[in-house]
Amino acid sequence: MSARATLATAARVLTQLRHDHRTLALLLVVPCVLMSLLAWVFEGTPTFDHVGAPLLGVFPFVVMFLVTSVATLRERTSGTLERLLTMPIGKLDFLLGYALAFGALAVLQAALATGLALFVLGLDVAGPSWLLLVVAVLDALLGLALGLFVSAFARTEFQAVQFLPAVVLPQFLLCGLLVPRDGLTTVLHVVSDVLPLSYAVDAMTAVTTTAEVGSTVWVDLGVVAGCILLALSLGAATLRRRTS
Amino acid sequence: MTAAAPAIAVDRLSVVRGGHRVLDDLTFTVPRGSLTGLLGPSGCGKSTLMRAIVGVQIVESGTVEVLGEPAGSAPLRPRVAYVTQAPSVYADLRVVENLRYFAAVLGAPPSDVERVLEEVGLTAHADAVTGELSGGQRARVSLATALLGAPEVLVLDEPTVGLDPVLRRDLWALFNRLAAGGATLLVSSHVMDEARRCERLLLMREGRLLADETPAELLARTKRADIEDAFLALIEDSKVPA
Repeated sequence: MSARATLATAARVLTQLRHDHRTLALLLVVPCVLMSLLAWVFEGTPTFDHVGAPLLGVFPFVVMFLVTSVATLRERTSGTLERLLTMPIGKLDFLLGYALAFGALAVLQAALATGLALFVLGLDVAGPSWLLLVVAVLDALLGLALGLFVSAFARTEFQAVQFLPAVVLPQFLLCGLLVPRDGLTTVLHVVSDVLPLSYAVDAMTAVTTTAEVGSTVWVDLGVVAGCILLALSLGAATLRRRTS
Repeated sequence: MTAAAPAIAVDRLSVVRGGHRVLDDLTFTVPRGSLTGLLGPSGCGKSTLMRAIVGVQIVESGTVEVLGEPAGSAPLRPRVAYVTQAPSVYADLRVVENLRYFAAVLGAPPSDVERVLEEVGLTAHADAVTGELSGGQRARVSLATALLGAPEVLVLDEPTVGLDPVLRRDLWALFNRLAAGGATLLVSSHVMDEARRCERLLLMREGRLLADETPAELLARTKRADIEDAFLALIEDSKVPA
């Protein structure tokens, strides 16, 4: 473990993003546009208050999944990852560097979308609004960790992008946003119980519906944090110093 | 005793890739402080051998030791520098940003960035975005990265390919200076003409070693005037049935 290598990697990733104005703009603007669209679609109905907050968690999850899986794939195909792994940098240093950089971006992204939803679009939330932000950032980190992990199984950027519908959409269908998880058949309920996005959405729903920050929120967030760590360690295991 | 160990010691190394034997029972050593050329036609296994020496290649059998340690082991990572044939630097970063990042990872002093830019003749392009440079310039950014810090062993895969003659001469002069300063360099090329700039030669063909000697010894043994002819003579000789 080397804090120097981790921080250098985070700074490098942020510098790359700084050069890529279009990606940066898309990352920050798209969630805001989608939230506005959502509010407009459900104008005059209570639906925006129901799904607005959970989607505040889902958008960064999806975006970060996509960005990191492509970014890591690029490191693999350009040879920079192989070069780095011949240098004194740990695999975890490398992954944490990415997590730090994209995590910082996730904070910014979630802050913009959450601020817009709460103060401009009039999203009603019973619980504290800072908790919305915490959940949104954790969701973004979850997307990042899963993206890092699945990028190991993609050989091309085409394949990496296809992992989005394969890995993200089933979680979206089963996370309780379309049909409450209690209303799912037993089999689907069990499946949704092992998918991390379910807990992320549960936590968001709890924050919107109850003023008290109950223990269920912390349990949900604990599960999400556990999944982030698990996916990061699995991701580290897929980084091979030796290849054929 | 690691102090007495050769820079690179390869013993009965075989590598299989995709069912094909790419390296077949190679054994040789490279002395410290030498500039050794690894020559052979494209596809003869040069890159695979270099990958095995830096420890990123899964090997079938045999051992590779660098500075007395197993190739690719953690203590070697700050001491061995490796340049792949395709430039492995970040195309979306400026040249200095690339070098600053790798210097930080290596723990090299920040002043190294200026030195290596000078050494590869890219000072004027320091602020250019790497992806917008020509292929040869990008290759030099990749090479500059390997010069950061003070690596004891440099493994350079075709670092001079596609460069203009003046630059090639300058880079070979730099390699000679580094070797004179005590570093060990293994430099591959498929251009036989570059062999005369090396102190020692490893000639490879189809995963086997045809020669491991100085250019003068090779020419004397084959009774030829230039390396290309000597190489051809060795191939003819190896075809003669025992």
